[in-house]
Amino acid sequence: MSDTTGMSAREVIMARIKEALRVPAPLPHGLAEDSRAQVGPPAAVLTTSGGSGATVMSAHASTGLPTLTVLPEEVARPWLPDGGETPAERLQLLVENLGKLRAIVQQVPDLTAASDYLFTLARERDWHRVAWHPHPLIEPLLAGVPCATYRVDPADFDKNALESCDAGITSCEALVAQTGSILVSSATSGGRALSILPHVHVVVATVDQIIATLADALHAVRDRHDGHLPSMLSFITGPSRTGDIERILVLGAHGPKELILILVG
Amino acid sequence: MIVTDASNPPASHSGDPGAELPRLAKKKFLHDAAEHVRDTGHRAFVRKALGGYYTNRDLQKARFRNWEHARDAASLAKWSAVNRLDELLPRFVANFEANGGTVHWARDAEEARTIVLNLVRAARAKAVIKSKCMTSEEIHLNAALEAEGYGVVESDLGEFIQQLRGEPPYHFVFPCMHVRRDEISDLFGKHLGTAPTDSPEELTMIARRHMRRLYVDADIGITGANFLVAETGQISITENEGNARLTAALPRVHIAISGLEKVVEHLDDLAVLLPMLATAGAGQPMTCYNTLYAGPRRPGEADGPEEMHLVLLDNSRTAILADPEQRDSLHCIRCGACLNVCPIFKNVGGFTYGTTYQGPIGSVITPHLRGLAEWNHLSAASSLCGACSDACPVRIDIHHHLLHNRRNAARTAPNAWEKIGHRLFVMVARRPWLFGLGGAVFRRTLPLLKLLRPPLLRDWLASRDLPAAPRQSFRRQWDRRQPLEPTAASVHPHARKEEA
Ligand code: SF4
Repeated sequence: MSDTTGMSAREVIMARIKEALRVPAPLPHGLAEDSRAQVGPPAAVLTTSGGSGATVMSAHASTGLPTLTVLPEEVARPWLPDGGETPAERLQLLVENLGKLRAIVQQVPDLTAASDYLFTLARERDWHRVAWHPHPLIEPLLAGVPCATYRVDPADFDKNALESCDAGITSCEALVAQTGSILVSSATSGGRALSILPHVHVVVATVDQIIATLADALHAVRDRHDGHLPSMLSFITGPSRTGDIERILVLGAHGPKELILILVG
Repeated sequence: MIVTDASNPPASHSGDPGAELPRLAKKKFLHDAAEHVRDTGHRAFVRKALGGYYTNRDLQKARFRNWEHARDAASLAKWSAVNRLDELLPRFVANFEANGGTVHWARDAEEARTIVLNLVRAARAKAVIKSKCMTSEEIHLNAALEAEGYGVVESDLGEFIQQLRGEPPYHFVFPCMHVRRDEISDLFGKHLGTAPTDSPEELTMIARRHMRRLYVDADIGITGANFLVAETGQISITENEGNARLTAALPRVHIAISGLEKVVEHLDDLAVLLPMLATAGAGQPMTCYNTLYAGPRRPGEADGPEEMHLVLLDNSRTAILADPEQRDSLHCIRCGACLNVCPIFKNVGGFTYGTTYQGPIGSVITPHLRGLAEWNHLSAASSLCGACSDACPVRIDIHHHLLHNRRNAARTAPNAWEKIGHRLFVMVARRPWLFGLGGAVFRRTLPLLKLLRPPLLRDWLASRDLPAAPRQSFRRQWDRRQPLEPTAASVHPHARKEEA
């Protein structure tokens, strides 16, 4: 590279990148051994060192450099933690994983039972005010809540009001059996703060929202929002935690101390 | 391959405390390492803190149906992104801006600081809240903001403790793992006026209570980014405490700072990388919050910032990119696993490195960021055991890169004594009679050497003992050995079994 005066930072950096990439790098460590011999234009196919037969890469037609033809996720799927084959397995995995994460799971047959459970929670914990967002799974539960409520409103959001709430009640995009994660979004879980600012986060979901893997959950969200992804998507995996003091686990660092899943159906 | 890109000199960042005079960094390293190694109490404390990590990591690794193959897939995802950065970075930027965010390109630390300062000024900000962001440590952002009179609060518990202590992070994932709870209790008492306690839980709650109003009142939230997703223009942030979620939810402006190498091509790649990051780095199935942001608040959404900015930082990353041999060090997802398993890290501690990124990966990349001549000693501080490469979820060839750095340093600035030494050895080793003579001389003078400690051997002898010299050379002993009588077992190893 020679004269960079008058070039914007973007142009300079892109020029550095193009220059740097003129010399190809060897394949990742561990894959290089089996694959090097097989690289060669135009149709050579590389397989991973796993030898499971999965086609990972083919050579780029003009340069001979390998390019991916199959997503790493598709390749990795059989190697990642199990997500369960049947709905029953997925339910069991989800409940097990959430338990290990110290979340609370309450299975209820229907919305009436869910409403009763929420009533008990509010009583036992002496909640003064709970925050919620309009959703068909949440509205029916609120009628009997024995405390004040704050409805998160896009037209008039008040972060101070939300901060004073004891609990936030939200729906979710999906429940992930593989990791025990709850996927919330700014579009379907009352924005960004409702699921993180109050001391307790209550999620109301139905059993058919349980999905096997992280990848499946991402696919479901993309299908649902059809190219217009919400401005925030968050995999919540257990109540907020920290190990910063002597690596000792403490729940409730800045986010909710308790994560409660009400599973309907 | 040595990086010689004239337009991008490795150690040109004015004001960077790393740009020290040659050898000063090394002297300091040797001094601090020696001090630290003597502090057995501290070493035991760090080892104990990491004890739980090893157990949990192994438990979580076992949940993978094949961890080793999953590492292949993860390294492929990063490899194919880093090697196509010319195509993927513009694609990411276009999609990020289509989502309503603004991208700022920064060639170096100073440019990045200026960009952030201008954004903070333009927003007429009074209070800035930050979640953990190693790139901001790299560019010394807090000092720059404070110099302009802006109050900055680190919200991550570990970073907050380090901020109060006036220290940089000790470990880039576990910033205050070296601090005892009674020290934290004293610290909080001094700065926040709280009563002493020895419960980690109560100490955490003190920070929680202190921070809540600050999130609500801050105008600007600054975060890092773990991944930049090219196909969707989202940035992904991984954290356990929820402080990054709050930082990106409540303030009016969200500024994220990220190295440009964090790009991945597909959203799906995260389905592999996120669990691996959590398992390798902290022994968790998933980190508590893995959040993807696509621009500021959308119409119809309840809350979120009005503006979202991303500072894309080069700061010599393109110099690493230009070295195909070590390009894979840009695959790093900053999980910290290589630090947790490193015998050097565990014995010399995080501060001894004197770098933003400690441990094995820090020793690999710091010479690229700050200059090989001054920072090559980090590559020499390695037992080459390879524990780091084994631990790395994206299969970076870390310990070989330490060797590559040593080789490159020897090529650019050869050490005359080493050269003479090696020449001499070659000369002697090629002539059996001279080798024998040398051995004889050495065996006889060994006690003298121990006594006199000539300068060349002094450093080596400072922490080691020379064994007593054998009376005869190995060759002599070999020639004189009594051949063993062959036994039935040595001729037919299975003979006895069959008899039985
Ligand atoms: S080099 Fe590998 S093990 Fe070390 S922090 Fe980076 S990703 Fe983790």
